[in-house]
Order: sequence, then structure tokens, then C-alpha cells
Amino acid sequence: MPSGEVTDIEGRPEDIRAVPVRRPGRWIAAAIVLVLAVVVVHSVVSNPRFEWSVVGHYLFDERILEGLRVTLELTVIAMALGIALGVVMAIMRLSPNPLVSGGSWLYIWFFRGTPVLVQLIFWYNIAALYPKFNLGVPFGPAFVHANANTLIKSFTAAILGLGLNEGAYMAEIVRAGIISVDEGQTLAAQSLGLTRLQTMRRIVLPQAMRVIIPPTGNETISMLKTTSLVSVIAVGDLTYAAGNIYSLNFKTIQLLIVISGWYLLCTSVLYVGQYYLERYFARGAARELSPTAFQRMRAGWLSFGHHEGGI
Amino acid sequence: MSGPMVKAEAVHKRFGHLEVLKGINLEVRAGEVMCLLGPSGSGKSTFLRCINHLEKINSGRLSVDGELVGYRQVGDKLHELRESEVARKRAGIGMVFQHFNLFPHMTALDNVTCAPVRVKKVPRADARARAQELLARVGLAEKAGAYPAQLSGGQQQRVAIARALAMEPKLMLFDEPTSALDPELVGDVLQAMQQLARDGMTMIVVTHEMGFAREVADTVVFMDGGVVLESGRPADVLGHPRHERTRSFLSKVL
Repeated sequence: MPSGEVTDIEGRPEDIRAVPVRRPGRWIAAAIVLVLAVVVVHSVVSNPRFEWSVVGHYLFDERILEGLRVTLELTVIAMALGIALGVVMAIMRLSPNPLVSGGSWLYIWFFRGTPVLVQLIFWYNIAALYPKFNLGVPFGPAFVHANANTLIKSFTAAILGLGLNEGAYMAEIVRAGIISVDEGQTLAAQSLGLTRLQTMRRIVLPQAMRVIIPPTGNETISMLKTTSLVSVIAVGDLTYAAGNIYSLNFKTIQLLIVISGWYLLCTSVLYVGQYYLERYFARGAARELSPTAFQRMRAGWLSFGHHEGGI
Repeated sequence: MSGPMVKAEAVHKRFGHLEVLKGINLEVRAGEVMCLLGPSGSGKSTFLRCINHLEKINSGRLSVDGELVGYRQVGDKLHELRESEVARKRAGIGMVFQHFNLFPHMTALDNVTCAPVRVKKVPRADARARAQELLARVGLAEKAGAYPAQLSGGQQQRVAIARALAMEPKLMLFDEPTSALDPELVGDVLQAMQQLARDGMTMIVVTHEMGFAREVADTVVFMDGGVVLESGRPADVLGHPRHERTRSFLSKVL
């Protein structure tokens, strides 16, 4: 070769083959982790007091599954309420009218500043403050009357407590997302004759989603676990169901393992959902979409045979 | 005989205490191409934004196609236009930005069809067919399905031109359309603009492209410090500038 390059038979430059640097520290760390893992697994499996058969027995217990259903229902409804409130509050917060943005600020200040457990108990006891609800003109005639105790049962109190609290957090998340969208986008949309509402709905919010979704996924996962607080106001969620059972048979640890398993399963499903949502809203942001887990697995299998050398 | 497409009389614009436009007077006839030149900070871009009411003027009169921008005159009183009315008027004025401002979450085709479908309520199929035509006209027929991030700067700017044209504007505003482009991509965009000028579009172009101003513009306006220093045919303003300020500016950019 005139250039003096090292090439293989097909004329391509040959890959460098060098002796890799030795990394003894890495080997030692790996060995420590491995030993610890073996110790933990061994004790979990061999300690008879775990009573894994009891765990297995209650895993699909009817009461546990009913609690799981309530937990999921609470999570979905409270998150939906929180997201809807969050979007409204975020848009209000960005309003040029100081009363509108001030109202939103006050809401966020109050619901972020008090513990959610306190809010839950507060809503549960709202009847002490307002025994009757009237729906009508403020300071004027009322059209609908309702008794607070019949209207706000513990499930409703749970939804209100969790949803209103979540709304305050979501408002900040949505606001951050809206602010992250370049102002040129609004200018361009307005110059085309889109109204402010259309600009928000069609142009700004879809782009804000990229910033909004990861923390919202976090919030959903956190909500799934926060719902366990509602057991203090006698809502029959997963934690409450477990409590009911172990207060009778004293298999406390076994039942906590059962519900932990269910919580872990649900959060894992949410992780996967979040991944695909993020991927959907990333369209246009990256030149190519990141492969899905399945695509990556397939690519991994296909290229497996083509690896030269490898590890 | 119709009046001017754009007419500015003593237009003033302040941002807080900073006076950006200090009495702009100018007229753009229908079918005319006007290039606004001048150093940065001279108020060219601000003036452009005032024309489609992205910025509110503080005093003076500004009208497009015989109608006041942003206001309605009843007797000797001015009434602010409602947001929907402002939006409807903006729909008749196309604008192209320095940084393209394409909607990154939409394909090129969706960028072009968005406003006709949402604002003019054009049936989607018709809007798509028209968008394909427009993309072909700026030489990007085969890029309809691409997202902005997959396009070069010059291609993005041409999609932005097609997007503005989709609303069938009577006036096009260009705010430094080639300033953010690699030198070798400038030509395609200028060519698309030149074609548009040849088709009879009324255009106001803020630019530093002296070649384009000389060849395509009917009128060249030189602005500095928020006022129009001189205006006239390109050969006069660029060839024989009367003002010392114009001369020193041109000697630096040419």
C-alpha cells in the first residue's frame, strides 16, 4: 500500500489489537458484591421464619386482590385529578392577571406546604366543619343540598386528599414544561393566526410533554405508594387489607412481603409505560428514536453471531 | 387603484424606557419587495413584528392593506381588537424567522398543514395536497415526512416559507431568514425567496444579504437608531449612499 496503512484482505484498515489494562479494583469490588448477594439470598431462603408458604398462600388471597383493586383505582383517579388540576393551575400561574396567577400560587403554597396525611384526615372530617353542602348562587339561593357525611365517604375523602395535593405538585411540573418550550414557537404559531388557546394546546403543550412526562411518571409511582396512607381513614386499599389480615393471624412480615411484591409489580409496569410514553413524545426531538426494549433485544440476538473477538 | 399594502406613519415603540422605534414613516406598495438594512439594534426586527401585531406600537399609525394593525377606528376613538380578530389578521400575513421556529414535534408536511386546518378550517385532505405542492415549490417534495431535526437549516427555512405560504398571505415578512444558515445553504433559501418575489408577492425582508437586496428588492431602506436614514432604489442607496452612517455601514458589510 502506498500510504503504508495496515489493511486486511478486503482492503479495510485493520482493527487495533492491544492488551487491555488490568483492573484489579474492579474485580475485588465485584467479588464483594457477589459474596454479599449470596449471603442475603442464602439467609432469605434458609431462614424458616420467613414462612414462604404463608406468603404464597396469601399472595392471591381475595382480600389482598380486592385491596390491590382499590389501590389501583385510587392511584388512577387521584393522578387524573392531579394532572387535570395541575394543567389548569400551571396555565393560571402563567396568566398576566395577578388575581388569577395569585390564586394559583396560593393553592400551590397551601397544598404543597401541608402534609398529605393531614389533608387526608382533614377531608375525612370535613363534616365537622361543613355539615351540609349547598350548591347554588354564592350568598344567594341554593339548588342542591347534600349532607357532608353522606357525600364525602372515606373513598371520596381519599380522592380529594390525594388529588388536590397531587395537583399542586403537578402544577409546578407542568409550569416547568411550558416554560421550557422556546418562545419562538409561540411567535411562529401566533404569526400563523393560531389563537392563544390553540397555540397552548397544539404547539406548546405537546412539546412541554417531553419535560413533563419523566417527573409525572415519578409522581405516579410515588402516588401508588402514597395511597397506602389512606388506610388511616379506613379505605380498604392494599395496605389496609394486609393490616386486617395480620391483625388476626399475626403473620405481619409475611403479609408485608405479599403487598410489597404487589407494589413492586405495579411500579415495574409503570416504569415500562413511562419508557414508551417518553419515546412517543420524543418524536422530532431526536434524529432517531431510541430502540424499544424488544428492538434492542432483537438487535442483540442478531448481532451476537457477528461479534469479532468480543469480551 | 388600491392604496399601499403597508403604511407606517410616525410609528414609535418603547420597551420600558428604551425607545426602539423613533418615528418610522414608510410605505410598501402591493407587489413590492422592500429590504430593510441596518446594524443590529436599529429596530428593523421590532418594526417587522409590529406589522403583524406581535409587538404593540406606542404611538403613530400602522396599517396593512388599508386596515389599522391591532385597532379599529370608530369616530376618532381607537378600540383594541379582540384576540380572535388579531389572530384572523395575522393569518393573512406570513412571517419567516431567523431561527425557522418550525414545530419540532410535527413532520414537515404537518408543519405546513397545521395552520390551514386549525385556523382556516380547510379539509385535511385539501390542506395536505396543497402542502405537497408548496413543499415541491421550495424543492422539498421528498422531505414531507421528515421531522425538522432531520433537515438541514436551509431545508428547515424553506419548509418555514412553505408553512407561511400555506395561509395564502397577501404580505410576507422575513426576519433575517438566512442569518442562522451555513454559507453554502443560503443560496437555496434566497432562490426560493426570489421565486416568490417574481410571482408578485409583497415582501418586507430584514437582511444582511446585500446581493439579494441589490438584485431582488424594489426599495432598500436603511435604518439606524430607530429611524429611517434613507430609502430608495437599491442602486441609489447601495451605490450612492447620501448619509455618512450608511456609507460606513455598507463599507463594513460589502
